[in-house]
Amino acid sequence: MASVAQENPGISPTSARLKLYSFWRSTCSWRVRIALNLKGLPYDYKAVNFGKGEHLSEEFTKLSPLRFVPALVHGDVIVADSLAILLYLEDKFPEHPLLPDDLHLKAISLQAATLVGSNIQPFQNGGLLILIEEKFGPEEHLAWPKHFIEKGFTALEKLLKDVAGKYSVGDQLTLADIFLAPQVYNARRFNVDMSKFPTLNRINQELAELPEFQAALPERQPDAKA
Amino acid sequence: MASVAQENPGTSPTSAKLKLYSYWRSSCSWRVRIALNLKGLPYEYKAVNILQGEHHSEEFTKLNPLQFVPTLVDGDIIVSDSLAILLYLEDKFPEHPLLPDDLHLKAISLQAAALVGSNIQPFQNLAILNLIGEKLGPEERLAWPKHFIEKGFTALEKLLKGVAGKYSVGDQLTLADIFLVPQVFSARRFNVDMSKFPTLNRINQELAELPEFQAALPERQPDAKA
Repeated sequence: MASVAQENPGISPTSARLKLYSFWRSTCSWRVRIALNLKGLPYDYKAVNFGKGEHLSEEFTKLSPLRFVPALVHGDVIVADSLAILLYLEDKFPEHPLLPDDLHLKAISLQAATLVGSNIQPFQNGGLLILIEEKFGPEEHLAWPKHFIEKGFTALEKLLKDVAGKYSVGDQLTLADIFLAPQVYNARRFNVDMSKFPTLNRINQELAELPEFQAALPERQPDAKA
Repeated sequence: MASVAQENPGTSPTSAKLKLYSYWRSSCSWRVRIALNLKGLPYEYKAVNILQGEHHSEEFTKLNPLQFVPTLVDGDIIVSDSLAILLYLEDKFPEHPLLPDDLHLKAISLQAAALVGSNIQPFQNLAILNLIGEKLGPEERLAWPKHFIEKGFTALEKLLKGVAGKYSVGDQLTLADIFLVPQVFSARRFNVDMSKFPTLNRINQELAELPEFQAALPERQPDAKA
């Protein structure tokens, strides 16, 4: 697997270097890239080439039993699943917190994250879409993810409408924003009309201005293809 | 909606009584019932009949515009999504913790929860199964969830094999156990051969002995039907 050291501004505590197993187009990897940038944590980018079946290797399966990216390695600690990784980073590197202190707002941010992470993204990931096309035919390949994104975004719009400030939850950047940005990118890929979700659209535009979000974009990753 | 006060042993802090909007057969509601029992938190059980579409009622929608079950109400605070609810309970009621202190083990427990919550259960919720049944017929309606459960359990078995003690993560009851039990129940419904997953099977049998898990079983809920 290609391994490219990617320096980010900010210094991490003097501990083992973070390694992130990632695929440039993976929504879930993207979330972790944003978080690492927001926390100012340098990391080694370890590209996993799905096209070449690198995710199926025995080596990678040890890191990620479901064979999904992302996987984070921090010394002896191995964590797969973006939410588990993000909560680990919150505990281990508490500077630049990505969840509110207020328990109500924290719960809303987490609900936003799980809404995207459990109710939307699983229905549009690459492996599933291949299965859908196989079983339902090529038209469903677009219709199916579009349906789930619209359903999920309808709920997310309701959840965040009254609490959003500059960002999803007030004016603090939180997990809700980290889960939102990659999902909006995918929504556009599947022809979702984002004007139906004005709060989400506005927040996403704010996030797109931030260098930490820009540095995490798929096309800026070492394994990005033209 | 039926509303039945259900007292559980143990005392909560003198705060507004917790209310849980739950459906007896919902895996996600089941998880929260287990956690409330383990933390010794009394709560009022508010039954929402998903089959009859009560989650779409005006009354429930006013409470939770997302129309999701389970929903926890704690005074003015309303939280839906089982993982968000469980993490809220962890913060608000830190006695009887449901996550390890050790960050590595904590990450594994969260990864197990996310594996079930994002990669297995979403593919067997009622709306999806109806869609599959409608488009592809009754055989696929059974084959589809079976496929995702087996795939997910294969990964979960690998994840927990090295860390399991009496329970999923060592000898402490954690979120991993809370997410496991309802999923094993579903697995049996969909004819998954649990002997293929010896670690998960053994843990599940241990958990089945615990009164807090037994009290959370679907058939013991106020809205359970024969």
